[in-house]
Amino acid sequence: MKRLVILGAGTAGTMVANRLVRELDMEEWKITIVDEYETHYYQPGFLFIPFGIYNKKDVIKPKRDFLPPEVEVIISPIELIEPDKNRVRLRRDDRYLPYDYLIIATGAKTNPEETPGMKEHEWHKSIYDFYTVEGAVALHKHLRTWQGGRLILNIAEMPIKCPVAPLEFLFLADWYFHEQGIRDRVDLTLVTPLPGAFTKPKAAQLLGDILEEKGINLVTEYNIERVEPDEKAIYSFDERKVEYDLLVTIPVNMGDAVIERSGIGDELNFVPTEKYTLKARDFDNVFVLGDATNLPTSKAGSVAHFEVDVFIENFMRYIDGLDLLPTFDGHANCYIESGFGKGILIDFNYDVEPLPGNFPLPGVGPFALLRETRMNHWGKMMFRWMYWNILLKGKEMPIPAQMSMAGKWS
Amino acid sequence: MSTVAELKDKLNVELDAEGFLVNPDDWTPEIAEILAKEEGIEELTDRHWQVINFVRDYFKEHGEPPTLRAITKRSGVPTKELYQLFPKGPAKKVARIAGLGKPKGCI
Repeated sequence: MKRLVILGAGTAGTMVANRLVRELDMEEWKITIVDEYETHYYQPGFLFIPFGIYNKKDVIKPKRDFLPPEVEVIISPIELIEPDKNRVRLRRDDRYLPYDYLIIATGAKTNPEETPGMKEHEWHKSIYDFYTVEGAVALHKHLRTWQGGRLILNIAEMPIKCPVAPLEFLFLADWYFHEQGIRDRVDLTLVTPLPGAFTKPKAAQLLGDILEEKGINLVTEYNIERVEPDEKAIYSFDERKVEYDLLVTIPVNMGDAVIERSGIGDELNFVPTEKYTLKARDFDNVFVLGDATNLPTSKAGSVAHFEVDVFIENFMRYIDGLDLLPTFDGHANCYIESGFGKGILIDFNYDVEPLPGNFPLPGVGPFALLRETRMNHWGKMMFRWMYWNILLKGKEMPIPAQMSMAGKWS
Repeated sequence: MSTVAELKDKLNVELDAEGFLVNPDDWTPEIAEILAKEEGIEELTDRHWQVINFVRDYFKEHGEPPTLRAITKRSGVPTKELYQLFPKGPAKKVARIAGLGKPKGCI
C-alpha cells in the first residue's frame, strides 16, 4: 500500500481528497487527512454576516459530511512535519504518520497579535475583524446599534486571503448605512499598504473609481505599526496617524504555525512552492495547495480549485514516473459584491491582469467582466450553493483550470 | 528629481519606465549613491549599506527582492529604523537603490 497524507481539511484539502479517491486505485493507496477542527467554514460568507445578510448557520457545516468514506480522517493538531524522514507527528497520542507523498493544505490565518494594541482590551469593542466567524458575528452586533462616525478599514499587511473582500466590505457598508438611514453620519475610509485600491493596475483603477463614486476615502501606502486603543487611532511606521470610532481590521495573514515549527516556510510561514507545478520547492514528494503556498496569486477558493484540477492531472503522471507539466497559470476568478444588489466579476492569472469583456459560462452565463451588473451579484449568491454541493465534493465545474482569453476585450 | 531619460544618460544603464534597473548586474555602488539622491537620501550611511547589501544577497539567493517583512526579520534593522533610513515605502526604495526590479508586492 502506498500512503498519501493530506494536512488540512479546508477548501483545498477537502477538494483534493474527493478527487484523489476517484482517480487513484484505492486498493493500492491509503489516504489519510488530518485537521485540528471538526467544522468547515464557508469563508466567503463571512463578509455578509456583519450586515445581517448571512448568519453563522449559513457558513458552517461538519467537515466529515464533505470527506469521502474511503479516506481516513484524523482530528488532531499537527505537531511537526518532518520531510527528511517522510513522516508527520500528530499531537494526539504523539502518533507518527509515515507517508510516501504529502499534500500540505494548512491554509492561512489572521494574526491580530502581530500588531501591538490590536488584540487587547478594545478587541471586539471598538476594533473588529470579519475574517473569523467570531469577529463577523461580534461586528454584526456592534453595527446594529451603531449611530455613525468614522469607520476605518485597515489592511495590516499583504498578502491577505481574498484581496477583494476589504473592498466588498466597504461597498456593502455604504449600502447598509444607506438602508439604515445614517450614511450621512458615517465616514468610510480604506487604509491600505497598497499604492491603490487593488493589486492589479486596471482593476485598481475601476475599483478606485467605484470607491470615489460611493464617497469612500482612500489612504494608500500605509503600513500600520500599532493601534492606540484608548486614543482610538492607528499609527504607521512613518508616524501617520489615522483616527477612528470603529476600526475594522484585516490582521496580518500568515501560514499555519506548524509550518514555522517545522522550519519549512518563509517569513510569513508560507511554504516555498514551484510556481507552475505546485510541488514544494525543497521536497520531491511534497505538494502544496491552497492558501499555504507562497505563490504570487490570490489566496482564494477559486485558486485552490484550479490548483487541484492541475495537481490531479500532474500527480497521476508523477506516480507513473513522468515529469510534472508546468500547467498551473495562477488562474483566479472572483465575484466582487459592490452593493445595492450588484456585483463585478474579475478573471486573471499570473500574467494577464483582469480585463473587461464577458465571461462565458455554459448553461448560465455570460457574466460581464470588470463591470457592475445585477447578474454578477446573483452569481455570487448562487456560489454558496455551488461551494457546498459541487466544489467541495470535487464534482465537475464548468470552468477550465487555465484562464481563457475567450470573451475578454484585450 | 531627474526624468527616467535623463537618468539613463547619467547612469548609462538600461532603466524601466519607473526608473528601476532592468539588469541587476549593471549595478555599482556609485549607481546606488546616485539613485539614493534621486530618492531624497543625501548620504548612504553604514546602516543604509547593511540593508542594501542584505537585499542584494537576498536577491542572489531567491531571484526576487525581499518583502519588507523579510528585510526586518533577517537584516538586523528593525522596521521603524528602515522607515527612517528609507522614508515612505522602504522595500520599494531599497530595491531601486540596490539595482533590482520593483518588488512584485502582492496579489
